[in-house]
Amino acid sequence: MVCDEHDRYLVNPLGIRMLYRILRSTLFPMNANPYIYKRIVQAKLFMDAHFSEAIDLDNIADEAHFSKFHFIRLFRKTYGKTPHQYLSAVRIEQARLLLQQEQMSVAGACASVGFDSITSFAGLFKKYNRSSPSEYQRRYRARKQQLRDAPLKFVPGCFASRYGWLPK
Amino acid sequence: MNHVCFYVLDQDSAYDFYVNKLGFKLHTDAPMGPGMRWLTVCPPDQPDLEISLIAIKDGMMFKDDAAEKMRDLVKMGTFGFGVFECNDLNATYEELSRKGVVFKKPPTQEFYGLEALLVDDSGNWFSLVQKEGQDG
Repeated sequence: MVCDEHDRYLVNPLGIRMLYRILRSTLFPMNANPYIYKRIVQAKLFMDAHFSEAIDLDNIADEAHFSKFHFIRLFRKTYGKTPHQYLSAVRIEQARLLLQQEQMSVAGACASVGFDSITSFAGLFKKYNRSSPSEYQRRYRARKQQLRDAPLKFVPGCFASRYGWLPK
Repeated sequence: MNHVCFYVLDQDSAYDFYVNKLGFKLHTDAPMGPGMRWLTVCPPDQPDLEISLIAIKDGMMFKDDAAEKMRDLVKMGTFGFGVFECNDLNATYEELSRKGVVFKKPPTQEFYGLEALLVDDSGNWFSLVQKEGQDG
């Protein structure tokens, strides 16, 4: 009987997977190895600081001493995005912040964050922000005006009344 | 839930902590008269959850010596307002430590999961845990 149970455990795919995971985490404890995740964090911080430059992701993998595919896999596991997706997200987010500035044009924001093509920039911007860059800029300006003119519209009543902000 | 509030000692400093260090996004920054400001931020993947960073100041909300008492309580670390979650705790701990975030406990395997404890710039503490299923 014991033998049967043992066999069943071994042939059960879930059991084998679990065994594999236990073995793998014992032999190669990624979370316990400071060098691996420190290199991934380093690569992420590098992208945060140099997003506007022409970043070659192969170079980043090389500098972190990973093969390209191993690097992509580890990065994705850590941040939920591939390095390429992460870099695009950082660039689009920075462009969104730039578009909040008074004098910033869409072309200017696009170039400042390192995009060559305004079409691909606008497409990606819309994917992340659910509106085109110019539409975003228009809405942002209208909201900013409202914040100046009628700030109470943005504060839930319970807070506004406790602060004494509601009109008497 | 779409609004919660954290009591902070200084809104400029809290903005720097939550936006520039933790990576939260500014949601609303509305001027509410002299010395007053309605400031809310959102966790990066939760654009609809507004966290209001409420300045503890003398006034209608904190009467008499309530503001002073409240500031002392916050500084002492009396309040823990919540739990933050990340994909990879060791990596997030490494990054936030480099950015100057103070941790009371490094990533530690507890019976309920991998957890670290951090404090914000005012003294409020938070658990930082790793999402389930991220086990290497």
